Amino acid sequence: MADNIILKLDHLKQYFPAGKGKDGKPLFVKAVDDVSLEVKQGEIIGLVGESGSGKSTIAYSVIGMYEPSGGEIIFDGQSVRKKGRPMKIKKDMQIVFQDPGSALNPQQNIGEILELPLKVHKMCKNKAERVERVKELLRMVELPEHYMYKSPASIGGGEKQMVAIARALATDPKFIILDEPTSALDVSIQAKIINMLLKLQKEKNLTYLFITHDLSLMRNIADRVAILYLGKVAEIAPAETFFRRPEHPYTQMLISSIPVVSEEEEALKPAKIESRGEIPSPVNIPPGCSFHLRCPYVQDICKQDDPVMVERGENHQARCHYCGVGLGTPNNNEEETK
Amino acid sequence: MAVSARKREKELKKALAYEAHRPEERSIGSFKEMRKENLKRAWYRFSHNKLSVIGLIIVVIVVLAAIFAGKITPYPEHAGAFTDFANSTKAPCGQYLLGTDNMGRDILTRIVFSFRGALKMAILVLVISVPVGTFLGLLAGFMNRTWVDTVIMRISDIFLSVPALLLALAVASILKPNLTNSMLAITIMWWPWYTRIVYGVATSCKNEYYVVSAQLLGASKAHIIFKEILPNCLSPILTKMSLDVGWVILMGATLSYVGMGEQPPIPSLGQMVSDGARYMPDQWWMTIFPCLAIIIIIMGFNFMGDGIGDMLSKGDSKYE
Repeated sequence: MADNIILKLDHLKQYFPAGKGKDGKPLFVKAVDDVSLEVKQGEIIGLVGESGSGKSTIAYSVIGMYEPSGGEIIFDGQSVRKKGRPMKIKKDMQIVFQDPGSALNPQQNIGEILELPLKVHKMCKNKAERVERVKELLRMVELPEHYMYKSPASIGGGEKQMVAIARALATDPKFIILDEPTSALDVSIQAKIINMLLKLQKEKNLTYLFITHDLSLMRNIADRVAILYLGKVAEIAPAETFFRRPEHPYTQMLISSIPVVSEEEEALKPAKIESRGEIPSPVNIPPGCSFHLRCPYVQDICKQDDPVMVERGENHQARCHYCGVGLGTPNNNEEETK
Repeated sequence: MAVSARKREKELKKALAYEAHRPEERSIGSFKEMRKENLKRAWYRFSHNKLSVIGLIIVVIVVLAAIFAGKITPYPEHAGAFTDFANSTKAPCGQYLLGTDNMGRDILTRIVFSFRGALKMAILVLVISVPVGTFLGLLAGFMNRTWVDTVIMRISDIFLSVPALLLALAVASILKPNLTNSMLAITIMWWPWYTRIVYGVATSCKNEYYVVSAQLLGASKAHIIFKEILPNCLSPILTKMSLDVGWVILMGATLSYVGMGEQPPIPSLGQMVSDGARYMPDQWWMTIFPCLAIIIIIMGFNFMGDGIGDMLSKGDSKYE
């Protein structure tokens, strides 16, 4: 794998105003709070986390839907913001949204939808060439050519998502953000789409930022996995390490909550931590480690100091006071944790 | 019961016949065939409702009658300043199908000729107010939550808050009462409805992912407004337009009823109703037939409007 970094998030912050608090100070939803991440050319990086952990917000900030509140997004060696984004970057970076139903204009046909990126980026000389290219794109996502004459309302959800992927591919991008591309679809279609995405990634040497909350899926496709909790990265590790030797208690908790069928599978899980509590509101982030309300190993220091990222091996970082020191024994006293 | 069962069977047959020809079964190989297919599908949806077909027939007849009024009416010269006191206030008979008025003019001829004024008015009012209203609505919807939005929508609120007929009467009485001025008056109060409708669709469209994707791709604002958002507004606009033709005609008839519309001797429906009212109830035909004509036109356009609404509801899974 080439080691050149295509996307770098440097202490990215994305706050949204949320009215005023009781003391009259403005409140913010800290959707993304100080996230640093490096994505290498040609890799699939997975972003996991619960609902409200800021996965999609990161995607939207990177693609340019929001102006970052702080930090920097560096794409291809160039700092990018929402405003004044060069066309070259709009061409090289694409996104596939979660809901294929809303991603395609119901008043246009598939041909028109796929032609738009070609027109905007002036990729074809004339109409005939564009039609050829649209056909090629449909072949790429394994849809019949005559689909270009159909309206999005007359095709299925999986097919719509294929069209959305074809549109993302139309500009020959280097980097594609996949924002839960399969979570709105049937399981059978999910597998088809994932296989197709992996095939395309190999063929075209694409880089994916893959967002999902499906951990089993993540294990199968991602090279590296980053786990988010309340807008902060809790742990980043290569996929194998992430699932076999997770360091952060939150990762351990999530992995032990993957449903399994047999006892052998259960035995493969690295640590057994009961999942409890829910993610707190991102408006009111608790002091100290944001996870301390739910952490079974919570100590006094966790309630006061926010831990920093520590290197835990090759490409492996975790953000916990007790990484490497040993987590001690789970503290299952409910009173204590509340 | 038997009738409805037979009707249902017929409907089912029709639907099955359509299903057998679904585009999935045939392969559509060109944009031309696709357009043909879309038209077919649109007609299927439109004709689904008998009333809309009836509406369409009424509208076609009215429009044709207005265009060829000079050829099809028995006494074209009666449309102007014509008097024949020998035949005045004659009841409907073989010679004068709908009777004659106090000047001896044929009511049927005058009704058909007054369609011209009514349609001209409806078309001109809509041709001016719909594009203006639509454009302002698109602009306000696209610039949602900016000062542009506020200015446009508050101005349209001001216009909407004035009773429509009152404003039209005011304008028509300040200016010289004739067809042009009453049209102007109606146009001024008609555009905000379109602004409202389009604004609603545009603001919700703006947050749809297809608009977001086009923006992220780098498409121009003009493309997003006219190619992505506008097509989604067309269905409510067209539906409202075809319903509005009826309402504009009614508004015009009201204005001419109070003498603010077309001036005599040019015939107009409202003026005929008001002239005839003085001869009620003995010479009832002078009022009743123009009234019926107004009712039929408005009903025709309303039925057709409903059909167009059905036809354009593209996302409706029932017919997909």
